[in-house]
Amino acid sequence: MSTLPPKFQNWFASRGWDIHPHQQQMLDLTHDPALMLIAPTGGGKTLAGFLPTLIALQDGDHRGLHTLYVSPLKALAADIKRNLRTPVAEMSLPIRIEDRTGDTSYTQKRRQRADPPHVLLTTPESLALLTSYEDAPHIFKGLQRIIVDEIHALAESKRGDQLMLALSRLQSLAPDMRRVGLSATVEDPAAIARELAPHPAECTIINADPGPDPDIAMLVTDEKPPWSGGGAKYAIPAVLEEVKRHKTTLIFHNTRAQAEIFFHSLWLANTDDLPIGIHHGSLAREQREKVESAMVAGHLRAIVCTGSLDLGIDWGDVDLVIQVGAPKNVKRLVQRIGRANHRYNAPSKALLVPANRFEVVECVAALEAVKAHDLDGDPKGPGPRDVLCQHILITACAGPFDADTLYQEVTSVGAYAALTRADFDDCLDFCATGGYALRAYDKWKRLLQRPDGQWQLRDPRAAQRIRMNIGTIQDTDTLKVRLKGNFKPLGEVEEAFAATLTPGDTFLIGGQVVRYESLKEMTVQVSRRADKKPKIATFMGTKFANSTQLSQRILRMFDQPDWPNLPAHTAEWLALQRRYSKMPEADRILVESFPHEGRHHICVYGFAGRNAMQTLGMLLTQRMEEEGLHPMGFVATDYATLIWGLDPVTDPAPLFKGDNIRADFETWLSGNAVMKKTFRGAATIAGLIERNLPQARKSGRQATFSSDILYDTLSKYDPDHLMLQITREEAMRGLVDFGRIEEMLTRTEGRIDHLILDRVTPLSLPMFLEMGRVSVAGAAQERILEEEAARLMDAAGVTQL
Amino acid sequence: MRKEQSMNAYHFSFCDTLCHALPSGALYLPDDKVLCVSDLHLGKSERIARRSGVMLPPYEVQETLQKLERDIVATGPDCVICLGDSFDDLDAAASLDEDMQLWLARLQAGKRWIWIEGNHDPGPVDLGGMHLNETRIGTLTFRHIATADSGEISGHYHPKHRVTGRSRPAFLFDKERLIMPAYGAYTGGLSSQSADLRRLFSKPIMAIMTGHKAIPAPVR
Repeated sequence: MSTLPPKFQNWFASRGWDIHPHQQQMLDLTHDPALMLIAPTGGGKTLAGFLPTLIALQDGDHRGLHTLYVSPLKALAADIKRNLRTPVAEMSLPIRIEDRTGDTSYTQKRRQRADPPHVLLTTPESLALLTSYEDAPHIFKGLQRIIVDEIHALAESKRGDQLMLALSRLQSLAPDMRRVGLSATVEDPAAIARELAPHPAECTIINADPGPDPDIAMLVTDEKPPWSGGGAKYAIPAVLEEVKRHKTTLIFHNTRAQAEIFFHSLWLANTDDLPIGIHHGSLAREQREKVESAMVAGHLRAIVCTGSLDLGIDWGDVDLVIQVGAPKNVKRLVQRIGRANHRYNAPSKALLVPANRFEVVECVAALEAVKAHDLDGDPKGPGPRDVLCQHILITACAGPFDADTLYQEVTSVGAYAALTRADFDDCLDFCATGGYALRAYDKWKRLLQRPDGQWQLRDPRAAQRIRMNIGTIQDTDTLKVRLKGNFKPLGEVEEAFAATLTPGDTFLIGGQVVRYESLKEMTVQVSRRADKKPKIATFMGTKFANSTQLSQRILRMFDQPDWPNLPAHTAEWLALQRRYSKMPEADRILVESFPHEGRHHICVYGFAGRNAMQTLGMLLTQRMEEEGLHPMGFVATDYATLIWGLDPVTDPAPLFKGDNIRADFETWLSGNAVMKKTFRGAATIAGLIERNLPQARKSGRQATFSSDILYDTLSKYDPDHLMLQITREEAMRGLVDFGRIEEMLTRTEGRIDHLILDRVTPLSLPMFLEMGRVSVAGAAQERILEEEAARLMDAAGVTQL
Repeated sequence: MRKEQSMNAYHFSFCDTLCHALPSGALYLPDDKVLCVSDLHLGKSERIARRSGVMLPPYEVQETLQKLERDIVATGPDCVICLGDSFDDLDAAASLDEDMQLWLARLQAGKRWIWIEGNHDPGPVDLGGMHLNETRIGTLTFRHIATADSGEISGHYHPKHRVTGRSRPAFLFDKERLIMPAYGAYTGGLSSQSADLRRLFSKPIMAIMTGHKAIPAPVR
């Protein structure tokens, strides 16, 4: 066991601290090539990670970079810098600590490259950028340790894959580098550990004491939750009461739009003028920073927020976490709850607020899962190849490279360990020539192979463009929102939303109602307007699908003879469903048919999660259209799909034949909007499409065209192209989620219960109020467009000029 | 004209000339048997690769010529006018693949073929057909960029129009001028609401949206 040096012992003693067992273990195993620590928030995780670094640097002998710290959030890097300052100052350690993110100044960044600090705090994107410079060997020479914070969050996305590829590069530049991962509680720590360690090395997992179980309950209100919607407006008075009873409350929402609406209503009801702030990713940086510093200073009683506050930043004395809307995933809920009460060994306190009647069921199921320590998660696929393509381009920016060496490096990354040489060569060929069946770019290759066999950029100036497009975060096109005559932006809205606005429309942003005035130079000009009911901004809030495990729990709950564990209003609702129709069951598909407002409706209960139910909606309506049933549209939730149309469905069974669905899926997939969206993401990451940079968008009026055109062209002329392979692979897992449709078909094996009823059923009722209705594309849509155009023609009184 | 094509085209009169707006974005003048297309931007992917290193799917020439061939077969014109920006730049025109050149030659066989100069292709290209600044058919003038003249058909702006949330390439016209949508496969567009387009027209303005069917709509 390694003991603490005297300086450190004294410092611990002066604070009245004992070293935690997991901190000691981290110290003992500091020479392991890879280590992962799993600890709850407030468990001294950061210190555990940095202690070996601080000790190693106490003599002031080390020259250059010693430890690199990577976190998913810029704010977290800044926070850690603040927290490290205390021990460094109090022990007078000769250590230089700096951060480097998108917000760091140009001169600071240049200086860091020439003269790196001992400890550099950064993000995966900034690190990837650093590795793209010619002087990367100089910057990373002598690097000893890399600490990846909140690795569980990174591991869920392509950012994690990019980071691990960058690590493989660093390992070659600094062979002594050891890796440390810091993680919150996850369902499969070994999987993350495998990604962290250089393949095939082992990674020891250290588990800190998880602390007491959280004190978590569902908020019970006098008011019944509504049938549908995500606003939870009914709970505002009860939530305000809770805010008053606690020092600081975090109020989490699943989407930005919901956070905006809730904040607005909360503010209207806030007669005591409690200081309450809002924080989400669409707000301008200045706005967010203001809220963050007010929070740290303890000036706020509550913050309405989204995932942007999800990660382990120390916001001070939070003693209550409220989750509005059902948590779609138990793991995420547990991590959010961990935000309350940053004192080790004190239980976190949390309240769940169901936004509607069905979410009551979901919340109760989630609570039971938390009690049972039953975390959920889906196994990750192999390392995505679009990220690999970007990595190859980044490598080329740093200078000529050898393909064999790069392949060795790449396969040392856990997620890419099984990558075949042929797959690697496809990616390299894509980067070099575009990888098209039609070898059109012999003259204008992006990468050339030199006589000595090394690869390099044809045009070194291309490095600049490649660097500008580094990163794997998918951003939708957004426009800044500014008050008229004011320079400071309020935040951003999606371009698609802005396109639906006409002057005079109002919407919510940053808790204010604003009036749309005009669009000027890619900025939405607005004025303040408090007197009108807002039209709501449809921010791109990620709608997570219910996890498989949570869906299964809900189905088991439905199977109960009665529901003493649910509030009376919800139990009665389910009893009504059982009386008038029947409860959905895990091994059968329930299909209800009923008329409503002159249209025939069918409601299909598949419990496959939102994305899969959406895909099912597309597939079923396509088949119905072929059978002449004139479907007009559908809407999907995590548990069901509701379809309406002109003709009744008399026998739904054939619609669900596995072979039919699979065959339809093949045809449907190629022309699908979700595929196009997925393609756009993958193609941007792989460097086929350049990001819509602000300066380019300003000048490039009609120069830019939709990536959908590229997708269509490629599908038509080059269907086996690498980009289409990647798109398919990804969509199957993500937004299309066909895997869960397959799971549903296997689980139910053609057992379909079809009930023909004379009116809307209790369980289907919320579907009618659900947002996000999809109208069926094809003949019907053409007809609607044509009719609307004709109506406009009539209204304008012109048929011919 | 094939039946399907004639059903989906929109027939209208512009400056006393009968016009058919085809759903593809081509304009056909049945009395003079003239087919007009604008802004083909052939060779765009080649130019982007040359300039930036980004290599888009190199199939847009094929895609555009296929569309043009379909329209030519359907209408059987005596004369084809390409209204400028037919090539993404002059180098792109010069490095057109041999089989694409042959395809173009096949399309040109037996008809008058006029290349109008555009800002992207300001000069003659080494391909068959006439190279002109502008041309007249009856009372109409064909040029790339709109001027103050009346009775003018031009391109350049790639207009689009939006109805029920769907934006599509569109013909825009008023009593005096008509602006063609871009015909090329890799072309974006400019909204009919943009100031650059609005200032060229006086009300009432009409749009004809392209797509499955040519659909007229008023521009408000």
